[in-house]
Amino acid sequence: MPTPPDIEAVAEAVFTALADPSRRGILAALAAGGPATATDLATRLPITRQGIAKHLALLADAGLVAPEAGAGRRVHYRLQSAPMHVAQQFLAALARDWDRQFDALQTHLDAAPVDQPARRNDGTSES
Amino acid sequence: MGFPDRIERTVEIGHPPARVWAALTTAEGLGTWFGHAATIDLRPGGAASMTWTSGDKASMRIERVEEPTVFGFTWGIYGLPDDDPRRTYVEFTLEPTDTGTRLTVVESGFAQLPEDGFRKAFDGNTEGWASELGELVEYLDANAA
Repeated sequence: MPTPPDIEAVAEAVFTALADPSRRGILAALAAGGPATATDLATRLPITRQGIAKHLALLADAGLVAPEAGAGRRVHYRLQSAPMHVAQQFLAALARDWDRQFDALQTHLDAAPVDQPARRNDGTSES
Repeated sequence: MGFPDRIERTVEIGHPPARVWAALTTAEGLGTWFGHAATIDLRPGGAASMTWTSGDKASMRIERVEEPTVFGFTWGIYGLPDDDPRRTYVEFTLEPTDTGTRLTVVESGFAQLPEDGFRKAFDGNTEGWASELGELVEYLDANAA
């Protein structure tokens, strides 16, 4: 199956954003507290409001947050789960540990008694 | 970056295919070496599940049952919500050898695209207005100070 380029770009945008402490803080705040305005975030994070606005614009361009009109014309930013799921797919592939699983299978087969009568009859040389 | 779609491993096991097959396809087997408990309805389209004492649970849908050589199922991608349509396909292949069994597992589908409904979530986010709204909020916030 060929890997479409856009899924790569989406995952890369997520990991690039997460590598920056300020953007990681903004994403964490939106995940923990739900949609928020730039002003809300500036009061909760050690980042200037100008800095928050710059990072939110970058995150919105990358599709990681979406601006939406809130009450009183204030723009609220909402975390977008779809790109996070793509990043999760990537992490799931890295985290899938078939080596460890196969070790467990080997251990299980070595330890489990051979309880088939036919095999016992065949395996006369086995002690 | 290189998004891996497919994971493949082969291992030589010093036990005959019949025993490996039983370990892969019975509740007793799966609930011992893989999960802490398991259920399985061993037929194409049948359901299987594994649970762990940690509270984790995996739900599988059996796809291929060709005793004692091919066993395949799909399951959800770890970390995605239970109702997410993305699933990977796991296929075990057993080959008899002089010393026992050559067991291969292939798990594929990690790099699959989101469903249409999810794609709209990406496509609907046009860079132009997102960026402009970012500038707008910056402007409004600056004036509100």
